[in-house]
Amino acid sequence: MNINAIREQFPILHQEINGHPLVYLDSAASSQKPRSVIDAVNRYYELNNANVHRGVHTLGSRATDAYEGAREKVAKFLNAGATEQIIFTRGTTTALNLVASSYARSECGEGDEIVITPMEHHSNLIPWQQAAKATGATLKYIPLQPDGSISIEDVEKTITPQTKVVSVTHLSNVLGVVNPIKEITQIAHRNGAVMVVDGAQSAPHIKIDLKDLDVDFFAFSGHKMCGPTGIGALYGKKALLNKMEPIEYGGEMIDFVDLYESTWKEIPYRFEGGTPIIAGAVGLGAAIDFLKEVGLDEIDKHERRLTSYAYEKLSSMEGITVYGPKQNRVGLVTFNLDDVHPHDVATVLDSKGVAVRAGHHCCQPLMRWLNVSSTARASFYLYNSEDDIDRLVDALLQTKEFFGHAIG
Amino acid sequence: MQLDDLYRRVIMDHYKNPRNRGTLNEESVTINLNNPTCGDRISLQLQVVDGKVTDAKFSGEGCSISMSSASMMTEAVKGKSFDEALTMADKFSALMKGEPVEFEELEDIEALSGVNKFPARIKCATLAWNALRKGIEHQHE
Repeated sequence: MNINAIREQFPILHQEINGHPLVYLDSAASSQKPRSVIDAVNRYYELNNANVHRGVHTLGSRATDAYEGAREKVAKFLNAGATEQIIFTRGTTTALNLVASSYARSECGEGDEIVITPMEHHSNLIPWQQAAKATGATLKYIPLQPDGSISIEDVEKTITPQTKVVSVTHLSNVLGVVNPIKEITQIAHRNGAVMVVDGAQSAPHIKIDLKDLDVDFFAFSGHKMCGPTGIGALYGKKALLNKMEPIEYGGEMIDFVDLYESTWKEIPYRFEGGTPIIAGAVGLGAAIDFLKEVGLDEIDKHERRLTSYAYEKLSSMEGITVYGPKQNRVGLVTFNLDDVHPHDVATVLDSKGVAVRAGHHCCQPLMRWLNVSSTARASFYLYNSEDDIDRLVDALLQTKEFFGHAIG
Repeated sequence: MQLDDLYRRVIMDHYKNPRNRGTLNEESVTINLNNPTCGDRISLQLQVVDGKVTDAKFSGEGCSISMSSASMMTEAVKGKSFDEALTMADKFSALMKGEPVEFEELEDIEALSGVNKFPARIKCATLAWNALRKGIEHQHE
């Protein structure tokens, strides 16, 4: 993988921040966009823009083809099988809320269980809290190992024949750990539960094969994988989607409307009420083309190397605590500098041109589990290099020195 | 961007040696406030006698800016009437907008003026003052 050639394609990376060349280490929050994605969105607006699935004119057909073409690209990218199993959403949050609000609320009741983990992002936690409250189901957590990983033994103990839904993140946005989704899915299925996966962090970095994983629902966001903001998708197995009620009603999603009764279009359209995110879908399609051209296997390899390089460097620094397991980690390292609050760390790093995230990462229960109020996080993508990590380490040394003097 | 503009010595002194850190008795007014974007939290306690803040203490977790601001705020409002305290809170808001303000009572607070050049950190500095405002408004009701 030629990093320089890849970096060339990301216009935003070539600028100075506070007098230093930008080192962008916050891709887990949102990735940067290559020229081809920016151009695809512009070209769509300049040449092909119209509403989809209506109108007889040429632009309408072009827009429809572009939108549906993007759906096909997503289905192939995830090895999802039939294209109608892909529903475009605003992102992972909307996708997970759709499953929780539609599927879980109609399928769960008193005595049933919904199983998640303490490492979930708020968007894969609160929808289930609310669904449990609304249906009388019990919300249960698979406990974490001391290093933050999940043991299959605990999964076996937590999931029971009363479990209706299991929802787990594929890759933790704080711990960086890749969870054993295939094994958890087998246990869920053996107990008659459906398996939902939050793929917000995994889809950008790991080759996803939904046929192999055999999960029932998979949610991801475009903006974390080189695509535009405001577009993502939910994959759902056809048989499940077919029995789900829409949660948004309006244009585009209807079959026949009468004064007092209406019927819905077939899937996926019944879940896409209103004018869809057409330009976003086109941009997501271009992002998928871009990632495929580089190669997901190459990206995965590159990031595992970078992540272990960063993990080694940071954990060998004095006065730094690194969180999460050493093994089976992709794309990010979460850490704290002793006696310096992560906000202060991030401010000093920013003054050196290094962008990292500081805060609770939308994982307040996990922060309590780690016994911290917040952390700093450096996250990587295909455009990052070892040099970026060296710059991070230098800047952290300067941060330590700065606060050593200031506080010391 | 000059880090020294933000992290002035007096700020780091309040961070390292916070004034009024602790708790008051149960009869005092307690305000718990979070900064949901970053996880900082403060618990502010005010002892109130005849429309006056006679004592103030805080506890919580946060960065150097939020905790030093809480330390300075509690020092500044002790002995002040509600109106005087609210006027100070307004002055602090003006300071965060980059307007020139003088704090006769406690000039340490002016050291936080550098925060306005770091927009992402303004919320850290205002957390304690928002708690104060909430506490006083609650008393008025």
